[in-house]
Amino acid sequence: MIKTYINTGSKDTRSGFGAGLEALGNQNDKVVALCADLTGSLKMEEFRDQHPDRFFQVGIAEANMIGIAAGLTVGGYIPFTGTFANFSTGRVYDQIRQSVAYSGKNVKICASHAGITLGEDGATHQILEDLGLMKMLPGMTVINTCDFNQTKAATIAIAKLNGPVYLRFGRPKVPNFTPDNQNFEIGKAVLLTEGTDVTIVATGHLVWEALEAAKSLEGQGISAEVLNIHTIKPLDDEAILKSVAKTGCLVSAEEHNFLGGLGESVARVLALHHPVPQEFVATNDTFGESGTPEQLMEKYGLNAATIEAKVKKAIGRK
Amino acid sequence: MKTVNLKRKSNNMPNTAELQDFTTQVRRDILRMVHRVNSGHPGGSLGCAEFFVVLYQSIMKQKLPFQMNGEGEDLFFLSNGHISPVFYSVLARSGYFPVEELNTFRHLNSRLQGHPTTHEGLPGVRIASGSLGQGLSVAIGAALAKKLNGDSHLVYSLHGDGELQEGQNWEALMYASGKKVDNLIATIDYNGQQIDGSTDDVMPMGDLKVKLAAFGWEVVEILQGNDLEAILKGMTEAKSKTGHGKPVAVLLHTVMGNGVDFMMHTHAWHGKAPNDDQLEIGLSQNKVTLGDY
Repeated sequence: MIKTYINTGSKDTRSGFGAGLEALGNQNDKVVALCADLTGSLKMEEFRDQHPDRFFQVGIAEANMIGIAAGLTVGGYIPFTGTFANFSTGRVYDQIRQSVAYSGKNVKICASHAGITLGEDGATHQILEDLGLMKMLPGMTVINTCDFNQTKAATIAIAKLNGPVYLRFGRPKVPNFTPDNQNFEIGKAVLLTEGTDVTIVATGHLVWEALEAAKSLEGQGISAEVLNIHTIKPLDDEAILKSVAKTGCLVSAEEHNFLGGLGESVARVLALHHPVPQEFVATNDTFGESGTPEQLMEKYGLNAATIEAKVKKAIGRK
Repeated sequence: MKTVNLKRKSNNMPNTAELQDFTTQVRRDILRMVHRVNSGHPGGSLGCAEFFVVLYQSIMKQKLPFQMNGEGEDLFFLSNGHISPVFYSVLARSGYFPVEELNTFRHLNSRLQGHPTTHEGLPGVRIASGSLGQGLSVAIGAALAKKLNGDSHLVYSLHGDGELQEGQNWEALMYASGKKVDNLIATIDYNGQQIDGSTDDVMPMGDLKVKLAAFGWEVVEILQGNDLEAILKGMTEAKSKTGHGKPVAVLLHTVMGNGVDFMMHTHAWHGKAPNDDQLEIGLSQNKVTLGDY
């Protein structure tokens, strides 16, 4: 029997970030926040209003924001920068590379509106390359959370890690099903449900879709094991290998280009230690477009139905 | 940890003759470092030798041993990281690390990378620089941290003039005045040269003094940027302007390659090392003072 998860009420993951930041603001006076004119979109208002001295509005100037954050770490602060994922990564890659990653600065780059589910704004704002950009930087921890509760817990957890972190979350309301006040362990995959026929590793908004797929597959006599990979780097190799040793095939699922994403990181682990058939649920080297999040997830094959189809394909290749 | 004030040439504030000796030795270091590895950037380094010596020996209050957080001391950020030879020489001779280590500049497994970095833990360096245009933002962040910490010490930074062609600088210039970051002194090495030629030919930047003032900065101009007393006077004036609601910019007029006649007034030595004969000529114009490393 697969384990059942209850949606306690759909919420946006960005609100989880806002709630986590608010909690951190009261716990740790070294936490500071910077925003590039998107305070409302990033849900940073509570932190701003409660700690005006520790909140820095930098205007529409993301490169400057990253540099200021790097400088703040020198004086012992833990800066959390907030803007959309596109402007948090691609726009400021060199600033992150030199002033943050290479300099080893304790900056938390917090990125909302990631992926295609940003919706109607279209491809200029829908980055599907950010995980790849960030995971290639030496020393960068890369996290993509799946729901409100997990995003809140991750936000609080990364303040305790001394080093640069990329935290990715999104705009749409999605099922909130992981425990409230959970202990978020950076780099540890969460085994959501056990199975014997296939391993589904999912990250971000695709985790709920993976659970939905597992439920449907169970009715068809296919036993799926679902792992929530919230930390893409460092990847929990051990959990993945333990699972495929049992199931013998794998499907990766992410709201990202198949080039550079979770799937490629997992493929490397399998190639090195335990080659088994793998199928990818991801965008296929393409830009996005305008539409509702639901329409886009369907058109670009980022949903339970596609995961289900890829599971059957993977099993067929065993 | 017990900390002591920065090593200076004498216990009291060094006099001009002592600073001159220090500068001459720094010029020798720059030439020898770049010659030994046949790469690096002597032109801008030589042009800023006097500035670095005055900054580290007379202007800033700094503590040893080096601590990253810089609590209770002045901080310096080098944005135009390619002039690392002058930075390394002055840091070593101010007591941050052994001067013998200058021998390792740009060699494999060295802490003295081609461009400065924190990655190898070299004392005195608080940020990596090399990709241009990022240092002013970092300096602003450090200055904001000083304010949050109630630390009244200042943050200094140095930038190339050509470097101001990078747009991030103008984001930072706007921020610092708009948010009243008045514990910051950003100096611009105004030598009018960049890799492809004069700044006026490559990308004319107009009247920098007027532009900086229009961006809300206090501007101090040091017309003789290779004269120790002029730098001391100008930087002292700049310090006096801090704490009054505006960031302070210093336009430091320098001569690229200063102190080595054939390297002066040209961009040709921006990123080129002297050969054996050229090194001899350069060293003969700068006799040993404090002793070679």
